[in-house]
Amino acid sequence: MRDVVVIGAGMTKFGELWDKSIKDIFVEAALRAIEDAGVKQIDSMYVGAMSSGLFVGQEHLGAVMADYLGVTPIPATHVESACASGGVSFRQAFLEVASGASDIVMAGGVEKMTDGADVTEALATAADQEYEVYQGVTFPGLYAMIAHAHMKEFGTTRKQLAAVAVKNHRNGSKNPNAQFRSEITIDQVLNATMVADPFGLLDCSPVSDGAAAVIVASMDVAKKLKKKPIKVLASAQASDTIALHSRPGITTLGSVVNAAKKAYKMAGLKPSDIDLCEVHDCFTIAEVVVSEDLGFFKKGEGGKAAEKGLTAIGGKIPINTSGGLKSKGHPVGATGIAQIIELYEQLNGKAGDRQVKGARIGMAQNMGGSGASCVIHILESGK
Amino acid sequence: MITARYHREIPQRYRLEAGKCAKCGYVAFPPRLVCPKCKTKKFKTINLKDEGKILTYTIIRVGPDKFSKETPYAIGIVEVSDGVRLTTQIADVDVEKLKIGQKVKLVFRKIQDDGKAGIHMYGYKAVLV
Repeated sequence: MRDVVVIGAGMTKFGELWDKSIKDIFVEAALRAIEDAGVKQIDSMYVGAMSSGLFVGQEHLGAVMADYLGVTPIPATHVESACASGGVSFRQAFLEVASGASDIVMAGGVEKMTDGADVTEALATAADQEYEVYQGVTFPGLYAMIAHAHMKEFGTTRKQLAAVAVKNHRNGSKNPNAQFRSEITIDQVLNATMVADPFGLLDCSPVSDGAAAVIVASMDVAKKLKKKPIKVLASAQASDTIALHSRPGITTLGSVVNAAKKAYKMAGLKPSDIDLCEVHDCFTIAEVVVSEDLGFFKKGEGGKAAEKGLTAIGGKIPINTSGGLKSKGHPVGATGIAQIIELYEQLNGKAGDRQVKGARIGMAQNMGGSGASCVIHILESGK
Repeated sequence: MITARYHREIPQRYRLEAGKCAKCGYVAFPPRLVCPKCKTKKFKTINLKDEGKILTYTIIRVGPDKFSKETPYAIGIVEVSDGVRLTTQIADVDVEKLKIGQKVKLVFRKIQDDGKAGIHMYGYKAVLV
């Protein structure tokens, strides 16, 4: 496989974008990415989206977006892997360039969640319809069951979970593209309206509209464009049982463990080599469990680590400097790409007030469902 | 839900029918065509035991539209005595007093209605023993 680098990025602000359609937001992000990369054309494109069919009644997003972006007849493909759709879109673009099949490929992601669909029901399609959703479980409910099990097994507290949300809002307050730019307190998280015990509203990522796109290219193209190469050191993906109840352990996400193992091997790195990490904090417990499963902390100590500030900017391993899904917003299909964009900005030293000093190696962990899919990328800033 | 789709799952929802791998003994609920452990394609139909314990649970305070009139309701992962785990509502209980490890029994209950004019849909729920 040949070297692949990220040469451009663009995204919309995340939030309730009432005056814009799914086409408007995707094209806006895609045009920014193309402009940032400084390329005249792309060879092909991927559009990650979880459920545009349920959210806006539109499938066939590859062709829709190629058409409105004015790039037909290039190949354009819709990629779906639930909440990991964006990360998997990036992986497809990476593989296409790495294989030599194309030189310049766009990886995009989008979701338009505020156009009137029953969002809880649409999101629940990422779980087992007949044996989880049929019984009345919701996504907050699935992660809440992980949280209760984690609390029972390791003594994790609601206050430790709240520390994740507080830290992510603090980071998000410094991100101009974030949906919620307000800081919150531990008490606000603990006293918020309950959604699914032990989660209150502020333990949950929001419903959002948004789009994000990056351009990946071969090293040769990057050199011609005189870009600082942000190289993809690893791209790894793993699956697990669709139902949470089918797994041997409820407090570990097997797909994260397996994808991480492959990613570290591919990059020739270990957890302590990572300077910052974007993780899929769809709920506060997700960040805690993933921070353990990626090897940053021992199993059971992710909650304590968050409470001690080890995951804050300036801590042992800054996690979700962008604000994460919690504060930046979670337009499902766009999330995995937005994580890559945060790494791209950090590794280029352009993350403003939330810059991690000297950041050279970044990781992005994106997952679907209650962890039935996980995709991990490691990026390195070149000279 | 179209009736045929509901009908297909009746053996599992009404009678807890599972598939036991003829080679390694893995119990698949619902039944599968291939054993995820040993890849064998031969299964024997068994009925799961209806007693088990709560491994974890949550209280749904904000439900999907279909269940919104039933909130708050408890839902948990229950391990039945065959070692099989399933997701089920925990009924007839003060949800504030639930605990991990409590023993339950699976009983036959109505789970949901298909809109205003559709069919009633049944299945298992857990109750404390």
